[in-house]
Amino acid sequence: MAKKSRPKAAAKKIIKKKVASPKKKTSPAKASGDVFSSLLELLRRTSAELPDDIQKVILEALSREEKNTTAEYALKIIQDNIALAKKKSQPLCQDTGTVLFFISHPANFDQIKFADTARKAIVKATELGYLRQNSVNSVTGKSEPSNLGPGHPTFHFHQHKSANVEVRVMLKGGGCENVGIQYSLPYGPIEAGRDMAGVRKVILDGVVKAQGQGCGPGVLGICIGGDRSSGYLESKEQLLRKLDDTNPDKALHELETDIVASCNRLMIGPMGFGGKTTLLGCKICSQQRVPASFFVSISYMCWAYRRQGIVLGKNGAISKWLY
Amino acid sequence: MKTLTYPFTQAMVRELHVGDMVNITGKLFTGRDSVHKYLHEGNPSPVNLRNQIIYHCGPVVLKDKKTGKYRVVAAGPTTSIREEPFQWQVIRDHGIVGVIGKGGMGPKTLKACQEYGCVYFHAIGGAAQVLAERIKSVDGVYLEQFGSPEAIWELTVEDFPVVVTMDAHGNSLHQQVLDTSQAKLKELIGQGH
Repeated sequence: MAKKSRPKAAAKKIIKKKVASPKKKTSPAKASGDVFSSLLELLRRTSAELPDDIQKVILEALSREEKNTTAEYALKIIQDNIALAKKKSQPLCQDTGTVLFFISHPANFDQIKFADTARKAIVKATELGYLRQNSVNSVTGKSEPSNLGPGHPTFHFHQHKSANVEVRVMLKGGGCENVGIQYSLPYGPIEAGRDMAGVRKVILDGVVKAQGQGCGPGVLGICIGGDRSSGYLESKEQLLRKLDDTNPDKALHELETDIVASCNRLMIGPMGFGGKTTLLGCKICSQQRVPASFFVSISYMCWAYRRQGIVLGKNGAISKWLY
Repeated sequence: MKTLTYPFTQAMVRELHVGDMVNITGKLFTGRDSVHKYLHEGNPSPVNLRNQIIYHCGPVVLKDKKTGKYRVVAAGPTTSIREEPFQWQVIRDHGIVGVIGKGGMGPKTLKACQEYGCVYFHAIGGAAQVLAERIKSVDGVYLEQFGSPEAIWELTVEDFPVVVTMDAHGNSLHQQVLDTSQAKLKELIGQGH
């Protein structure tokens, strides 16, 4: 890690040593080259290593399940898988998902240049097997070997006041994405009204509908309100929160706690085998809505919760891991 | 823990029951969305699937540039319910005796399992490394034009860990869990009103 006081050239030299590929490079590393290496490492680690906050709750779940049940068996295999993926530096799950970038940056940040570098990193990560060829043309059905294409990856840029560039990546597999759901209140089938009791009802309904399809035990990211697109996006961004954080909004904090406890009484269990752990966590935010609309948008994240983040140093190297 | 060893037969899978934890050793063929649609449309299978097991999986496969050999880097199950419209017919027409996937399947598949002698095995979703380690060799690839994840990969596995969640006797763990959780939901949302 480069110290701030270190002269630029010396810092670059150290960084280069740390991230250089086995092949000897003849040209000096450009700033964009460093960002490329940093993003490649970010993608590798996101695909292969589960963040500590998620590992912790999976261990807790394992200790909670009855011995010699299929629920315990599933969680043991999950444990082994987490260790093995890290050791082998290979994807935790073969569905390396939609690649979502969330970038927080100061003013005067070149978004186009960043996106170009990120795309190159995805092509390389796919060649190296950190990512699967996961980009399919929706009209022709053709799989794109480079893993790129319109809407893949997606970039979400946010300007912030800090001088840091923070890059978060989420690899969201299709299984869990498919069980995401958006309710419009009132929702007749379970008599969910346009209030917080109605919100709670549809969230629980969404988890029952998901059963084991989304590779549970999972985590919910939820947005109450917003429009159809902002609601889903905010619900995904909730999944960037650390699992052990506390929602500053008291009402939402209480709802989060209640949802986890209530869902764990549904006995859907790991993989939908039945068992005590259906949810590992729940993160909820709210957005303003128009009087006529009341959406509840739910994003489901599987246990293979692949999200990592870095702070990019001035020279483009990784100066800090965020999870 | 039970074991199921190649060559598979209908009689072998009829002895299995919901809840059995099984280690499979032998041959598997991957096949997911494109393959099922293709077979459903009446196209001939490029390999004989009689008495074989089909695995709903889109693996990450790398080709060694020097030797040309394939290596499976990650190979967990994909969600099976998408094949519900097609699976019963593939079981009937191609004589497969096992389906491996995740999330379970519906009544059409359950009925076909009972009628034609087939079992649904649930692999652990997301456990792509544990499962890839049990793959000992890649013996062939068919329908590669569908793209790597959608092709049929012929694999040899050893002690491939699965759980029977739908058996050939009309039982489905998925139906049981759905019924229980729906009843619990009614209790839970009855509260606070």
